[in-house]
Amino acid sequence: MIPFTYLEPSSLDEALTLLAERGADAKLIAGGTGLVNLMKQRLVRPEFVIGLRALKPLCGIVENGGIRIGALATIQALEASAAIRRQAPLLAAACGHVATVRVRSMATLGGAVAHADPNLDTPPALIALDAEIVAHSRRGERKIPADRFFTGYFETVLDPDEIVTEILVPEQPAGSGTAFLKFLPATRDDYATVSVAVRIALSTNGAITDARVALGAAATVPVRAKAVEAALTGKGADEKNFREAADLVREAIDPIADFRGSAEYKRKMAIVHVRRALSQALSEAKKLS
Amino acid sequence: MRTVKLTINGKPVIREIEDNRLLVEFLREDQKLTGTKESCGVGVCGACTVLLDGKPISSCLTLAVHADGGAITTIEGIAEGDRLHPLQEAFLAHGGLQCGICTPGQILAAKALLEANPHPTKAEIQHWMMGNLCRCTGYYKIVESIAVAAGAN
Repeated sequence: MIPFTYLEPSSLDEALTLLAERGADAKLIAGGTGLVNLMKQRLVRPEFVIGLRALKPLCGIVENGGIRIGALATIQALEASAAIRRQAPLLAAACGHVATVRVRSMATLGGAVAHADPNLDTPPALIALDAEIVAHSRRGERKIPADRFFTGYFETVLDPDEIVTEILVPEQPAGSGTAFLKFLPATRDDYATVSVAVRIALSTNGAITDARVALGAAATVPVRAKAVEAALTGKGADEKNFREAADLVREAIDPIADFRGSAEYKRKMAIVHVRRALSQALSEAKKLS
Repeated sequence: MRTVKLTINGKPVIREIEDNRLLVEFLREDQKLTGTKESCGVGVCGACTVLLDGKPISSCLTLAVHADGGAITTIEGIAEGDRLHPLQEAFLAHGGLQCGICTPGQILAAKALLEANPHPTKAEIQHWMMGNLCRCTGYYKIVESIAVAAGAN
């Protein structure tokens, strides 16, 4: 493994100071499933690795109308959390699809967003839930909507002195249903060929009042498909409208060809899985109403 | 270098460890606990699975300094003297291993499963164990061994 100096702050203040001093030469590490792989492949060579594991207050999952999720909460803790399952079953479902039990017990939600690999399962779920990402630096705190957080392959709006401290999932709209689908034609632990997170809210007469459609593994960033959302809003929640709206995802994404499929194949699978996710979200909404 | 204090299979260990040492290297090379195998080195295959505070982790992706303050369990630590762990007995009795390279990881992952869920269904066993690859058995015998060990709980 490449050499580096490991630093382990015991408080957020100490971590922020270290990062303010070393930010350009430092990488933060939580579970390590992302960073250690990048370091092993020598894609990242930080001089300093700053371990966050002593910052225990950042592990919490707290209901406050919505849910405040500490950045160091593990994927497994989220998958198992009664609060997440009740209030944001979409996120629990996405967490249950993450890689393997080992990755789920090591990796954290804050790590997943900061790592910004567009193939990950949790970012589309956070976008569909209208989540915000809280970043701290010595200059203060800011909240960034999940759909504006990711800027490129492994890139985010975070400045070098900022740490993701929390993810805020707001209270979800009344009458809404969600679905997460991960298309995995090869093995169960793989990255998605395409993943889809959907939330639709229905009025009492069954019209769609609000829609969120987000995709993973579909471009250099997790994608929010606003054209699909716009095509759904105000329409009746039926298969014909789902089909017409889902077709618009073709132009919303920019998948790469790789061993999981050609770009065209992924576009077709995205259309199919958006339609299926909408149908599933509709039945969830009906179950809850 | 950092001083780390941990327990390995219940025994307290205090060591100076290089900052960039991986847990699998520390266990195999420094502690000579070679039951833990490294295969893919990227957290996919499960051969290097050990338990940290009861949770299954990939020791090939874990910094050794991250075991500081923790309790590590490896395959060397689950038998009681000459008495094998019920999972080890079940794997032997039901053909849950052939070449054996993946077996330490399989057994530790299964141990974590049975601690989280003492009576898993076949589907729950398959879901949990999905990340531990085996090129010999075709998995049927592994799932069967775990189900038998769970039945003995």
